[in-house]
Amino acid sequence: MLKKFLLPAAVAVMALGTVAQARAVEVSISCGAVGAELNICKSGAEAWAAKTGNTVKVVSTPNSTTERLALYQQLLAAHAGDIDVFQIDVIWPGILGQYFIDLKKYSKGAEKAHFKAIVENNTVGGRLVAMPWFTDAGVLYYRKDLLEKYGLSVPATWRELTADAQKIQDGERAAGNKKFWGFVFQGKAYEGLTCDALEWVDSYGGGDIVNAKGDITINNPKAVEALTMAASWPGKIAPEGVLNYAEEEARGVFQSGNAAFMRNWPYAWALGNSADSPVKGKIAVAALPKGGVNGKNTGTLGGWQLAVSKYSKHQAAAADLVMYLTSRAEQKRRAIERSYNPTIVSLYEDPEVLAAVPFFGSLRATFANAVARPSRVTGAKYNRVSSAFWNAVHDVLTGRATAKASLARLDGNLKRIKRGKW
Amino acid sequence: MAKRSNLTRARLRAAWIFLAPMLIVLVLVAGWPLGRTIWFGFTDASLSNMSVYHFIGLDNYLVKSGGAYYGVLVDPVWWHAVWNTVRFSLISVSFETVLGLIVALVLNARFFGRAVVRAAILIPWAIPTIVSAKMWGWMLHDQFGIINDMLSHLGLISHPIAWTANPDTAMWAVIMVDVWKTTPFMALLILAGLQMLPSDCYEAARVDGVHPVKVFFRVTLPLVWPAVMVAVIFRMLDALRIFDLIYVLTSNSEGTMSMSVYARQQLVDFQDVGIGSAASTLLFLIIAALTIVFIFAGRVKVSD
Repeated sequence: MLKKFLLPAAVAVMALGTVAQARAVEVSISCGAVGAELNICKSGAEAWAAKTGNTVKVVSTPNSTTERLALYQQLLAAHAGDIDVFQIDVIWPGILGQYFIDLKKYSKGAEKAHFKAIVENNTVGGRLVAMPWFTDAGVLYYRKDLLEKYGLSVPATWRELTADAQKIQDGERAAGNKKFWGFVFQGKAYEGLTCDALEWVDSYGGGDIVNAKGDITINNPKAVEALTMAASWPGKIAPEGVLNYAEEEARGVFQSGNAAFMRNWPYAWALGNSADSPVKGKIAVAALPKGGVNGKNTGTLGGWQLAVSKYSKHQAAAADLVMYLTSRAEQKRRAIERSYNPTIVSLYEDPEVLAAVPFFGSLRATFANAVARPSRVTGAKYNRVSSAFWNAVHDVLTGRATAKASLARLDGNLKRIKRGKW
Repeated sequence: MAKRSNLTRARLRAAWIFLAPMLIVLVLVAGWPLGRTIWFGFTDASLSNMSVYHFIGLDNYLVKSGGAYYGVLVDPVWWHAVWNTVRFSLISVSFETVLGLIVALVLNARFFGRAVVRAAILIPWAIPTIVSAKMWGWMLHDQFGIINDMLSHLGLISHPIAWTANPDTAMWAVIMVDVWKTTPFMALLILAGLQMLPSDCYEAARVDGVHPVKVFFRVTLPLVWPAVMVAVIFRMLDALRIFDLIYVLTSNSEGTMSMSVYARQQLVDFQDVGIGSAASTLLFLIIAALTIVFIFAGRVKVSD
């Protein structure tokens, strides 16, 4: 009788002991630090640590995606096991996929609740190399109070935006704010400019640089029209410094109350409405304008995924952290607290999420139909393509080349990069 | 060759023994990476998988394929980077030499508090480049920067200048920060040269009542010239591999890209170790060639 009872108890105690021993590890995760990303990543990871008894080390990385990729490539090429969980950009699964473990073993089908396109994007050679964490698309921020003051409605086309921005800028400067600008965006020569410029081109119907078949399509009259329009902004309705602005520099100008319009990602919503923000309650979000009457509203697909390094010494614990952070509950918390777009479809109908971030509902079509950068078709050469593109656009914005000449040159550069095949 | 005495041979042997550790270290820390870089320039190595690569000869430099030429040597971006780097180096080193000479002359004079001024002038040189680049980045910011604020308060500009954004002003911003940072280094090297000058020439000049400006051009400058040339060559070597200032301060477009930035982009961003190494090798060759030119030019002037 006693034996019957003792044996299973002893087995249970031993099992518990081994579980606890196997699990108490330190997992390091690299999070972005744009806006409030680092804080919300930390709180999420610490909740997981408290729940599982593990410890978490959060490593902060450069704000610029271009620099972050460079850092990751150096770490991973050296087979370093220092970081277990990597936060990776939507364009990187093709470039970095070989360094990550297949998460299917740990996800147990959880990816089916996420946007199908993103899961496909994160699947390389049949392996699920990363779990979707949050998605993004470029959106237009505007000052409700100023549009009202000048009797304007939300601009439907870029031409309207240009005129409205000029009107507000002239008015505000005459009223005494010499530092006021109409429009801020990301004009620095880096990946962010590729996102912004792709939106301009796509909104005019100028395609997506390299089409799905791999043909170089960027040298077309619609794209010329789009970039010519953009080139009229710096120094007129946008500060010339925009040519060296990334996301956070643009947000700095807009959130301090010195700009009427801003192109940025959804994360800026929660920060713009935070308690210490000078523009709290005065801002709203709309889809980016169309490129003319026949154009379309668009936004470049962004977003970040979580992947587990195959050089990690604690793969199971790291994968468990990934599944926790990408879970419905955590994505909901991130959406409500910091306006990060969930990748779980059903959260876009959740009343609490919609109450916190109203534009998630109204811009659902924009998020679902966002234009993707040609990273899948160009594969490992994507960085070169993107770099050639942002440099060509930067030349146009700085006035060193006309859109027509720059795109013709870009066409030649892309052909050199392609060299027959991608 | 004259027959060496036993003593000379013993001294030579001792010299080699004492030099050996340094030579071994030099081969390990400088020769090995350099040799490896030159070798990778002839391969198609990729950062994503460094264990598999093939020898491809000069293809990274120049190759004809399908009727078109490819490679670093026909890449307009590379030549633009070369031009940017050379232009930056010549302009900034010229400024630094002249300013460094002036500062050195001032510091060579005896005045109250000279020790403090000497220490203070070294501060820009002591700050790590990456820190000073970031610091200047904020000071030059078009919306929040102190430089624009001061200039507009003085009434010199009507609207803020985006120093680091436009490639034309960005290069001048980089030159300005570089001059601010490395003039002390030049001053220090030239000052060391100035302090070794014999005082009798100056006494003779004073007795003869020669004008100080004439003394400077006829006595001081020729005598201190070798020290100046050494300083210029040191700075030139440094300036030609400029990376951090440009990388941190500017937008990194092709308009301000230096040779090092180009090599890094190929190597890290594009994962093309082959092309990146080829570019690094070219950078090495260009630096070596320019150094030889400078040493040669410097000597010609010394013998004048």
